[in-house]
Amino acid sequence: MTATLDPTETNKDVAQKSATEPLIFERSKQGRRGYQLPALDVPEVSLDEILPANLRRDEITDEVEVSEVDVIRHFTRLSKLNVSIDAGLYPLGSCTMKHNPRINEEIARTPGFAHSHPLQPEHQVQGNLELLWWLEQTLKEIFGLPRVTLQPVAGAHGELTGILMVHKALAKGGNPRKYILIPDSAHGTNPASAAFAGYEIRELKSNNRGTVDLAALQEAVTEDVAALMITVPNTLGVFESEIRAMADILHAKGAYLYCDGANLNSFVGVARPGDMGIDVIHSNLHKTFSTPHGGGGPGAGPVGVSESLIPYLPTPTIERREDGTFYADFSHPDSIGRMRAFHGNFNVLVRALSYMRAMGPSGLRRIAQLAVLNANYIRARLKGHYHLPYDAPTLHEVVFSDKNQTPKDVHTLDIAKRLMDYGFHPPTIYFPLIVSGALMIEPTESEPKEELDAFCEAMIAIARESQERPELVRSAPHTTPVRRLDEARAARQPVLRWKK
Amino acid sequence: MSLPDPTAASSSHRFISNAGEDIREMLATIGVDSIDRLFDTIPDDVKLDELLDIPGPWSEVESRRWFRALAARNVTSADHASFLGAGAYAHYQPAMIDQLLLRAEFLTAYTPYQPEVSQGTLQSIFEYQTHQCLLTGLDVANASLYDGSTALCEAVLLAERVAKGKKKVVIAKSVHPHYLQTVRTYIQNLGLEIVEVGWGADGGIDLDALRAVSADAFAVAIQSPNFLGVVEDYDAVAQAAGSATKISVVAEATSFGLLATPGQHGFDICVGEGQAWGIPTQFGGPYVGFMVVRDALKRHMPGRLVGETVDVDGKRAYVLTLATREQHIRRGKATSNICTNEALIALAANMYLSLMGKYGLREVAEQSARKAAYLRAKLKDIQSVELPFAGPIYNEFVVRTPFAAADILKDLEHEKILGGIPLGDFFAGHERDFLVAVTELHTREQLDHYAAVLSAAISRERR
Repeated sequence: MTATLDPTETNKDVAQKSATEPLIFERSKQGRRGYQLPALDVPEVSLDEILPANLRRDEITDEVEVSEVDVIRHFTRLSKLNVSIDAGLYPLGSCTMKHNPRINEEIARTPGFAHSHPLQPEHQVQGNLELLWWLEQTLKEIFGLPRVTLQPVAGAHGELTGILMVHKALAKGGNPRKYILIPDSAHGTNPASAAFAGYEIRELKSNNRGTVDLAALQEAVTEDVAALMITVPNTLGVFESEIRAMADILHAKGAYLYCDGANLNSFVGVARPGDMGIDVIHSNLHKTFSTPHGGGGPGAGPVGVSESLIPYLPTPTIERREDGTFYADFSHPDSIGRMRAFHGNFNVLVRALSYMRAMGPSGLRRIAQLAVLNANYIRARLKGHYHLPYDAPTLHEVVFSDKNQTPKDVHTLDIAKRLMDYGFHPPTIYFPLIVSGALMIEPTESEPKEELDAFCEAMIAIARESQERPELVRSAPHTTPVRRLDEARAARQPVLRWKK
Repeated sequence: MSLPDPTAASSSHRFISNAGEDIREMLATIGVDSIDRLFDTIPDDVKLDELLDIPGPWSEVESRRWFRALAARNVTSADHASFLGAGAYAHYQPAMIDQLLLRAEFLTAYTPYQPEVSQGTLQSIFEYQTHQCLLTGLDVANASLYDGSTALCEAVLLAERVAKGKKKVVIAKSVHPHYLQTVRTYIQNLGLEIVEVGWGADGGIDLDALRAVSADAFAVAIQSPNFLGVVEDYDAVAQAAGSATKISVVAEATSFGLLATPGQHGFDICVGEGQAWGIPTQFGGPYVGFMVVRDALKRHMPGRLVGETVDVDGKRAYVLTLATREQHIRRGKATSNICTNEALIALAANMYLSLMGKYGLREVAEQSARKAAYLRAKLKDIQSVELPFAGPIYNEFVVRTPFAAADILKDLEHEKILGGIPLGDFFAGHERDFLVAVTELHTREQLDHYAAVLSAAISRERR
């Protein structure tokens, strides 16, 4: 950790050396303590009187002994190895990395929320139940749909919830059917969720605009098809302009239209899924509604449904009585059941409602407007420098490819790594799968023009470097704490834990 | 039409940077004359011609006022002595953890897809995985699952994939009822059968019943300490479960500090809820589900895994690995549909486990167990209080009085005690029973007070 300064080392070498941190287990030293509890104030009887020896363990071999100072230094140093949205543009496509307002964090930590217990009787938690009720009302208005369940804790969890409801509704009508249609541009969670809900997947080929072909859909929707799962706008950022006609085709055959709401940020307050004929939608609150991604979670994935799916919502639902009190209602005999213990990720839901209140109706609409403006600005500035595989108008994100750079043997991965040297997190890469060497850029509404310009200039500089100094790009990054990891080795000889 | 002009100064919002002149310049670069033109691909007949009907926009001042008023309508362990458990426990929360969680580099980072700029998150997950292995005595842990209930679902699905062909899973009735309900939801279309096995007189799983149904099961899942608070004998259960994959569910994660590990006593998978590692009860979430398995099962694991490797300069580094199990590669044939997990809560758990360390984890567990034993003994001495289950406990147990649990608990609430969770809400025939949980945070004074108030409540009900 203490880098010995060797005069032959460059500043960069020193910076890299100091930017590594041993494992907490390697910091452990016998005798160090990081905690103190009040002394035991009940009689210290022998453990044998409490639990037979065969049900007890010995000491936790190899667990750490570190001081509070060790721990705070360790995690502070680890944190410095991450980049984050607070530090700058984080343009991961499909991920909606927007500003995370701190008022949401403060409110979630209010003791009345943070220390409430999930199994308290309803009269003790009226504040929580009212909050959940208001969040449902707000999402109903945003979706244009009559009911929303708040139980799912992630987008994929919402997908599973939605497709299970479709299955149950169809089964109730006598035949759950066999297939879910999914475009080839879809997120990987869509087919995975459909499979766990009991369906086989039929992939729909995108047309040359990157959207669903109406004639192909008409042909694909047989009596065996339960639903179409689409992302609106799709993963290229292209809005399915014929969505109403698609819904009609499905509905005419008794099938449902599921919307992956990962890209809701592009049309929130501008149009509503319910008005498009969508029957089920999940919204990733950690995307559109700003709850922090936290390095991969927690999230929340509430699901809105049309009238015909209401009987199948997970239990409990949160209801308001005429006297203004709130309760958890379990009386839904056709419900698919419970999707998770307790009430979902309650304190993520608190943050999301706090955000919705801070935005209000004008702010929510402005999100979509500025997210789409920012993405189209990037598209306009980079179009001459990077290949745009689909030329259709796009909303909140834009997908380029590495086609202009591959003749110099510079690929998407290289461009992504080189961006790190310019101080930016890379875009989503190699997705959607229908674009070879995809670079999927989503700036969100948060970004100021200066930040967008700096990003575009970095991208343009990399395009130029790819022609003039391709080796520099191929060997990037040059400035990060570690560079180009051996991922094959990680998978071939997995080391998944520290061992003494 | 009541739609605002986005370039007007009055349209600005504090979370959105661009306004006025910047917007006009950007539109000029794009080559359109208004933001509306960028939405031309959305058909007019689905476009809103007015704003949504929702409250706001609110300043922080207004938000604080409204949300604090709502929170004030809750009764919580912040102002009452709470003895609530049943899968959500109030343990000591070191001050450092929440302060560190607010570091933007952790809080506002995404899933660590790009390892060069995510080593902080990746190394923490690797450490978290290691803690899980040390605590459970098993070999490989994943980066986190949603919670205890969904972790059990994933364990059942994993065991089914491995078993190939068998369709029956045996689950103890004393597994947290919400977990069991969630499993039923998850598997409803997968052609699997759940057989429940009840408990014996002492509250532990009925081993004879278990033996009778295990032979053709692909997995047996039990919880320890179980929902009644009783610690199961892993060796005896493993023996009765025969060749089925053995799944242990742990809903009270501090119990690892004291109890025999599933890994050393014949179990193949341990899943559960990590909330007890210093995470606030926060009305049920976010929490953190964990899963730890024997090495042979690692390629069947759901969710993300972080592995150690080296970078191009030979430096040790961490990266997401074995990704071919996952949905973004394997799509419809993935081991799970999970993508977003509970990374930040897993980070909090790593911080907690590190700070408490080898001796702190032990002390939390011993203090919780000793204080629970103390209260249990005190309650036993109260006339007409019964302890229906005599099996060994960790920090939670069932109390029975001659009166409806809801009435007794109301009486306790009047004395600012959240006295327990009615068992009758989960099991018919248990309307006089409630679950009482004790942790290291309770003082002897609180425990004595609880016993006195309960005794008085029973006397009052009797009159």
